[in-house]
Order: sequence, then structure tokens, then C-alpha cells
Amino acid sequence: MSDEQNNKPQAKLSHSRLTAKLLLGVVGMFAFGFALVPLYDVFCEITGLNGKTGGQYSYEASQVEVDESRLVTIQFRAMNNAGMSWQFEPAVREIQVHPGEMNEVTFYARNPSGEAMVGQAVPSVSPFRAADYLRKTECFCFNQQTLAAGQDIDMPLLFFIDQDIPEDVTKLTLSYTLFDVTASYQQSAGR
Amino acid sequence: MSNVGILDGHDTHHDDHDHHHGPAKGITRWLYTTNHKDIGSLYLWFSLAMFLLGGSFALIIRLELFQPGLQFVQPDFFNQMTTMHGLVMVFGAVMPAFVGLANWMIPMMIGAPDMALPRMNNWSFWILPFAFAMLASTLLMEAGAPNFGWTFYAPLSTTYAPETVTFFIFAIHIMGASSIMGSINIIATIQNLRAPGMTYMKMPLFVWTWLITAYLLIAVMPVLAGVVTMMLFDIHFGTSFFNAAGGGDPVLFQHVFWFFGHPEVYIMILPAFGIISEIIPTFSRKRLFGYDSMVYATSSIAFLSFIVWAHHMFTTGMPLAGELFFMYATMMIAVPTGVKVFNWISTMFKGSITFETPMLFAIAFVVLFTMGGFTGLMLAIAPADFQYHDTYFVVAHFHYVLVPGAVFSIMAGAYYWLPKWTGNMFDENLGKLHFWLSFVGINILFFPQHFLGLAGMPRRIPDYALQFADYNMISSIGAFLFGFSQLLFVFIVIKCIRGGKQASSEVWESSHGLEWTVPSPAPYHTFTTPPELPKRVHS
Repeated sequence: MSDEQNNKPQAKLSHSRLTAKLLLGVVGMFAFGFALVPLYDVFCEITGLNGKTGGQYSYEASQVEVDESRLVTIQFRAMNNAGMSWQFEPAVREIQVHPGEMNEVTFYARNPSGEAMVGQAVPSVSPFRAADYLRKTECFCFNQQTLAAGQDIDMPLLFFIDQDIPEDVTKLTLSYTLFDVTASYQQSAGR
Repeated sequence: MSNVGILDGHDTHHDDHDHHHGPAKGITRWLYTTNHKDIGSLYLWFSLAMFLLGGSFALIIRLELFQPGLQFVQPDFFNQMTTMHGLVMVFGAVMPAFVGLANWMIPMMIGAPDMALPRMNNWSFWILPFAFAMLASTLLMEAGAPNFGWTFYAPLSTTYAPETVTFFIFAIHIMGASSIMGSINIIATIQNLRAPGMTYMKMPLFVWTWLITAYLLIAVMPVLAGVVTMMLFDIHFGTSFFNAAGGGDPVLFQHVFWFFGHPEVYIMILPAFGIISEIIPTFSRKRLFGYDSMVYATSSIAFLSFIVWAHHMFTTGMPLAGELFFMYATMMIAVPTGVKVFNWISTMFKGSITFETPMLFAIAFVVLFTMGGFTGLMLAIAPADFQYHDTYFVVAHFHYVLVPGAVFSIMAGAYYWLPKWTGNMFDENLGKLHFWLSFVGINILFFPQHFLGLAGMPRRIPDYALQFADYNMISSIGAFLFGFSQLLFVFIVIKCIRGGKQASSEVWESSHGLEWTVPSPAPYHTFTTPPELPKRVHS
């Protein structure tokens, strides 16, 4: 018994030291779970996965060469997410562009409902590996759109295709999904 | 005879022996207990109760699927049943059963007087009933129980979830806290309280597999807590972790979930490997073949479990390189798993095998788990997975590894150690009957589901096309056979607690290990002074 008592303080100490280390691991892994969120975005950005287009790009004519030898077909798609009631469509469904050349297209949106609504368009490019070469200098998807009851709007999109786009990509689809964010807009405005 | 134990209602049998530190009387014994055997029993009873609850949910599912068309329940309630069945079985039945076995056996196997952190042990058990009461109470609420599947993919579990999702989130938080505390306790016990001379490579394999499992739990349960916390924020505080409209991404949910989810499936099978590695040598009357390779194989599986998660997501539009990586990494797991299966077979080879109930369950485990493993390999083939994904083939696969895998190992362990816990032998004939009913039932239940899946029947659907009717009916018959056979198990356990042939210390003819050196039933306190290691413990 006395033997056991002699051992006890040391055992206690090593228990608490080990427990502290393990708890640190737990906290670390909890943080890692949240770190996965930005890591995922960075990973998608580097690899171009997910078809997410980049943010606003500033066009400097001096840096971009127009490659007139190539033509790339761009298809435009506009979709409503479940529960979104707006009329939402591209003005043209398909254009052909030279890489490096500046283009402007518009998307039409109308709020047919009886109250003001806020919409957010989320882009996606297919094939994914082309997403990185679609450079937008101005896009309605950079901001939320607020439309009063019955109001309509032509929303501009200015973009060019980077001249480094792989040779074998001759056609790409830029698709927008429109989400109804009225509820979360009011929530954040109310705060 | 001091019936240390297991059933609260039998206090009268206690204390013929005059223990100085015997158990307290009445309900407070169980509420305040810090004794590893009491807490082990609590875990095991709780797990059994959840097994029956989750099983009854499964029977509702199989009842509805007995015939095509909607007979008994509405689709929304059907979805609640599939969700609750999965959650209750994973977090309520399988995991607590393993923790209960760990509580009972690990201190006795390594010659420790108790768990390292006995008060935390009490706490980690007693928060569990509250978590499950909270989860189950959603069934009685107007909005209904969670109905988005046990994998709770966003946005089903966020934007489109019933209001009760918040109860679900907090229940998961509590279960996670319980698992994490349990794991810390098990690691501290194994690393700090081994008897002198019990080196790591002399530990019984059940202890080894649990040590590795506990580290897995510590690594991934916080990630699960993180993902449900993100859901909570998305639902109530306007964040957009998984909401595409706000810049989030639902696919991110799947990545974070499966980063937890894949190690989780090994959390549910590694302790099973440990139990089987204890039982097969005993009834083969040989030492375990390849002890060292078993330890390394378990560690390899644990490592690989962290780099294969996206094989659950082949159809989400991953790039080819990703599909190839996750496909080959997944197939690599077959190598250490194969090492284990061959080691068990080699242990039995030329052994003097007898087929007592625990051994029957163990052999069935090896055969049926291997089948589940093979269908896993089929699912790992990315191009083929596009066909199998979200069909009954997947259901058949994971039930083959979880029911005749994890659940059979728990049954095997329960029969193996029951005489040590109660001091009485169980009724061997009834045990064998239970085994054969379960074995036949489970195969009738799950084998036809392979064919259903290959023919294209989707999972989580309350109705199906007519051509699937026959196999569904067969499967449902098997489900009821298997389900009601488990009542026999409850009867056998209670009968064994109340009496039976007196068990010796060794219980089984060729058992070896420290737990078999203490009397049966195991006294309330064992190894208060560290034991001398017997000459041959392992290896």
C-alpha cells in the first residue's frame, strides 16, 4: 500500500500532463475543421476545381494580346435556384470571341413578385479547367441585386478570355444560378 | 457469491463477501459510480437499449419496404426512420458498446486498478442518455425528427431541414464530448497504468486496437463537432459555410463530413478486430498468428483512413487525378486488412478448434466481414462507383461490415466475457441458437440487397419499382428474423446474470491474459496492487 502511495503523485502528474496534451489535440482538430473552409477555397482556386471564377480583374490592354487566330465559343446559361421566382436569362445565348478581346454581354432579370427582393447570382464555368482563364472586369455577380416589385434590369458582364487558355478548349459554358437572398439580406440589414 | 454487478434489480445477491469497498446500494451506486466495471456495465446496457431502439426503426423501414407502394408510413416519416436508425446505431449502439467493453476489459487486461480518470469516466457515460433523449424527443415534436439521412448533407440539413435540426446538432455535440472524454480516459489508462512488465508489444490486441481507435476519435470527433457547429451558424446566424448564395459550398460539407466519416467507420471496426483477435486464439488453442503484424496492420489502417475520405464523393465532379488518388488509396486499405484476415485464418489453421458461441460469432465475423470488404473494393473502383453510388449495393456493403462485422464482434465479446462479468456460464444451447438465427437472418436480410443495388434500386426511398418486389420481400423477412432473434440475446444475458453453471477463473479451456487470472465474477476491485505477469501473456 505504501508503495502505491509513493507512486501516486507521479501517476497523477502524468495523467494530467497527458490529458492536457490530448485536450490540446482536441482543440487543434476542432480548429482544423474550421481551417478546412479557407483551405478548401485556396485549393479550389489553385486547381481551378469547382468551376468558380475569380474575382474582379483589371484589364490592361498593354498586357493582353488579342489572339485573332483562335475563336472560343462561350455559352451563357441562367438558372433560378429552387424557390427563386425571377425571370432571369442571358440576352444572347452564345458568342464567339478571340482570346484577349474584351467582350460585353448583358443578362436580363425581372422581379415579377409583389414585393422587393434581393438576388445573388453565383457563377460556374465548365469545363472546370477553363474557369481560371475567364477573366471578369465587371460582373453583376460581384454584388447582390435588389429589384422592387415588377422592376426589371439589364445586368452587364464584361470579360475576356485569357490568351493562355489551353489550345484544346474551344467551347466553354458560363452558367449563373440566381439565389433568393432576401431573407438573409433583411437579417443582416436589421442588425 | 458476490454477484458484482450488472443488473440493478438484483442487489439482494450482493455482498455475501465482505468487501471493504463494495458497491454502494441503490440507484446512487450507478449515478455516482467511478468504478470501471460499473461504468462498463452502464455503457453496455445503454448500448443494448439503443440497439433495440435503432433496430425497431430498421424494422419500420423493412416493414414499409415489404411490398411496393406506400403501406404503413409516409415518405417524410420513412426518411426520419432511415436517419434515426443510422444515428442511433452508429452513435448509440456500436460506439458505446465498444467503450463499455473497453471500460470493463482494458484495466483487467493490462493489470490496472481502474481507469485513469474515473470521475470523467462517470461524466462521459452520464451525458449520453441525455444526448439520446434529446435526439429521440424530436420524434414527438411537430416538425418531426431529422429526416436528412445520417450523413446530414447540407443544404438538406440546413436550408431544408426541419426545425428540430438544432436538437440534433446539440445531441451530436454531447455525443462527441462523451466520445472524446472516453478516448482521453482510455489513452491515459493504457499509457500510464500498465502493470510493470506489460510493454506495448505485450498488450493484448483488444487493448492495442482500442489505443489506436481512441487516437482516431480524438482526431475526428472535433471535426464532426466543427461541422455541426458550422451548420448551426448557417441556420441561425446567417453565415454561409455551405450556402452557395452567400459564397459557401455544399460540397465543402461533404469533404468536412467525410474527413470525420471515414475514420469513423474504422472507429467502428478496429475494436472489433481486437475482440476477434482475442477470441480466435482461445478457441483454436493456439497463440495468435502474427501478433506484430496485427499491430502494424491496425496502425496502417488507421493512417490510411485519413486519406481516403473522398471515395464517398466520386460523383460530385472531382477531377480525374482526385478520383485516381482516392481510388488507389482506398484499395490500399485492402492490404493491411488482408493481413489481418490471413492472420486469423492462420491462427485457426491446424488448431484444436471448438465451436462455442463466441467462436461461432468470431468465425462468422471473419467470413462475412471479408465479404463486406470485397464489396467495398468494388465500390472503391471509381468508374464502377458511378453505377453503384446511392443504391442498395452500398446499403448491403456497409451493413455487411457493420452488422456481421461490428455487431457480431460485440456479441462475440459479450458471450466471451459474460462468464467473467457474472460468474455464471450462459446457456450454451440458447447461445448457439441465437447465433444460427442471427447468422441466417442477417444473410437473408442483406444478401438480396446486393442484387437490388446492382439492378439499380436507390437507397432511402420508401417505394420502389415492381421488379424489385421479390428481393425486398425476402430482405424484409430476414430483417424480422434477425431483429426478433435479438430478444433471445437479451433473454440469454439476463438468464446468465441470474444464475447458471459456476464459471472458473479461466472460464475457457485455453484462455490466457490477465483478465482470466482474477476470479469469476471479477471482484469489484481488481489489481489494486499490480500483478505479476504470467509467463506467457502474449507473443
